[in-house]
Amino acid sequence: MNILESIKFALRGLTINKLRTSLTTLGIMIGVMSVIILIAVGNGSSKAVQQSLDRLGTNSLQIRSGARGFGGGGFAGARSRGGASSAMPLTIADAQALVAPINAPDVKQVSPIMNANVTCSNGTSTSTPSTFSGVWPTYFEAANAQLATGNYFSNDDVTQGRHVAIIGNTTATELFGTDNPIGQSVRCGGIPFTIIGTTTIKGSSGFSDGDSLFLAPITAIQSSISGYTGLSSIIVEAKTATGTNDAQSEITTILNTRHKIKGSKAADYQIFNQASLLSTSASSSKTFTVLLGAVAGISLLVGGIGITNIMLVTVIERTREIGIRKAIGAPKRVILSQFLIEATILSLVGGLMGVLGGFIGSHFTIAGTKPIIVPSSVFLAFGVSILIGVFFGGYPASRAASLRPIEALRHE
Amino acid sequence: MKTVIDVQNAVKRYGTGDSSIFALDGVSLKIEAGEYVAIMGPSGSGKSTLMNIMGALDILTSGKYFLDGIEISSMDENALAVVRGRKIGFIFQSFNLIPRTTALANVELPMAYQGIKGAERRMRAEAALAVVGLTERMSHEPTELSGGQQQRVAVARALVTRPALLLADEPTGALDSKSTHDLLDLFDQINAAGRTVVVITHEQDVGERAKRIIRMRDGKIISDESNARRAS
Repeated sequence: MNILESIKFALRGLTINKLRTSLTTLGIMIGVMSVIILIAVGNGSSKAVQQSLDRLGTNSLQIRSGARGFGGGGFAGARSRGGASSAMPLTIADAQALVAPINAPDVKQVSPIMNANVTCSNGTSTSTPSTFSGVWPTYFEAANAQLATGNYFSNDDVTQGRHVAIIGNTTATELFGTDNPIGQSVRCGGIPFTIIGTTTIKGSSGFSDGDSLFLAPITAIQSSISGYTGLSSIIVEAKTATGTNDAQSEITTILNTRHKIKGSKAADYQIFNQASLLSTSASSSKTFTVLLGAVAGISLLVGGIGITNIMLVTVIERTREIGIRKAIGAPKRVILSQFLIEATILSLVGGLMGVLGGFIGSHFTIAGTKPIIVPSSVFLAFGVSILIGVFFGGYPASRAASLRPIEALRHE
Repeated sequence: MKTVIDVQNAVKRYGTGDSSIFALDGVSLKIEAGEYVAIMGPSGSGKSTLMNIMGALDILTSGKYFLDGIEISSMDENALAVVRGRKIGFIFQSFNLIPRTTALANVELPMAYQGIKGAERRMRAEAALAVVGLTERMSHEPTELSGGQQQRVAVARALVTRPALLLADEPTGALDSKSTHDLLDLFDQINAAGRTVVVITHEQDVGERAKRIIRMRDGKIISDESNARRAS
């Protein structure tokens, strides 16, 4: 009795009840498919988070005024600005002090940021950019903002306080429709600005539209719109991604000196580290993936129990047949292998169909995420499904094989 | 003459202690090669138990059993399966063909378990089906055959491995009188070709066709005589 013949017998056994066979296969298929797709969704979402963080610039640090210890960053800043009189605002001088090759060797470049909430208009078209900031030219590299058309403004523009601006795609569309915005003039808060460039499309990251953007020389914004109050924030780009933590401590030393923060006195500014944000979100998306995988794994297990159930029913149904086979000389090993092969074929076919279904399903966008297949999850799901076939098929098979022929023959 | 079956003081007991029942209570029996034996008796007489023992489907509580010179009273289940496959051809009351499997495949099956190659298997199966007169119906499944035809497929399956012993358990129990007659003619023909045939039956006219009749009651042999009408 060779293996080929055992497989032939097993296939014949499986075709006896086609509906049952296909339903069992479906159970395994759904299990394998959901493992592959759900892990791909988890992986896709973590990749998406990573990409949007890469776009923001992972080397960058943001310094905002406001004390620590009040909970969330934004609120803490607002409270300390309004309340504590000892808190010093961030100033242009602070930003300049951070450009210090000796005291801050890991800092590549620095740009102060002065935010305002202003509506711009071009004739009857209006737009309120979600980011309306006065910055230095260094901002563009630090914040990873590239130009699609036109030019950056220069240090000279900053010194002269020229009213020139670079806008994002959303702002450009709102103000100028399909017209080329370069060289056009807009009025923001009543002040005229000339558009000299547009940024590449960033897409939205989370809740804010990265393309609703208006950037002008900080001097122009301060002189005509925001006034010379404290800065909204300072953006710092570290020389390397690994150097961000060093840069952070160098900045802390410099700012503590400038803001006269000593001993137990709480700092009146906060530093936000994109790299730490990245690792937090990476670990949370990993948790998400593990959860999804666990749910899918359970469905695979349920599929396996389905195989056991069906094989047990099959063994009972075919008890008499097993008796006949044993009476005409089938050794235990042959009966065992026949039922084991049946279970393995069920899980193998189900597994293969599941892999196929997983690959097809991963082409669709699921819950706003483009799934990215993790190759190891395919092997894992497929391997587990085969193991399930052997493991869960093994018990019914050994029950079949150890049936005593006279009892099996007596079975009706 | 060669002894095919040699049962020595066989005891088969079910249960233990006071409630135990002796299905076989000290049975000794010898059957030579080429004999045609009927084992008769009412239900509960122990004839089915004897048939299970002779067919290596069950083992004795005590006593010895030699089949074709091999002692099998102490074999394990795997060795018994091999012995069944090589030494014994079974014919059952309810035919016991494998469902949804053609007559040819049914006849090939015991040879498959013995590891005989496909081409030879097919040739021998076709020859065996020709002997029982079913060449035309080789590719039919059991449900497409009459009871008599199914039993003849079973006979072909039993003969195809050239067993030392053809063991039939109430072979005519599910057949009409015409099929019964045909089957018994087939048994005569098989026995005439030199094969040992043992038929277990409670039907007098079936038993009468054998050359030797063993009668059982309460687990014991009560008579063992050659059939005067048939003995040669």
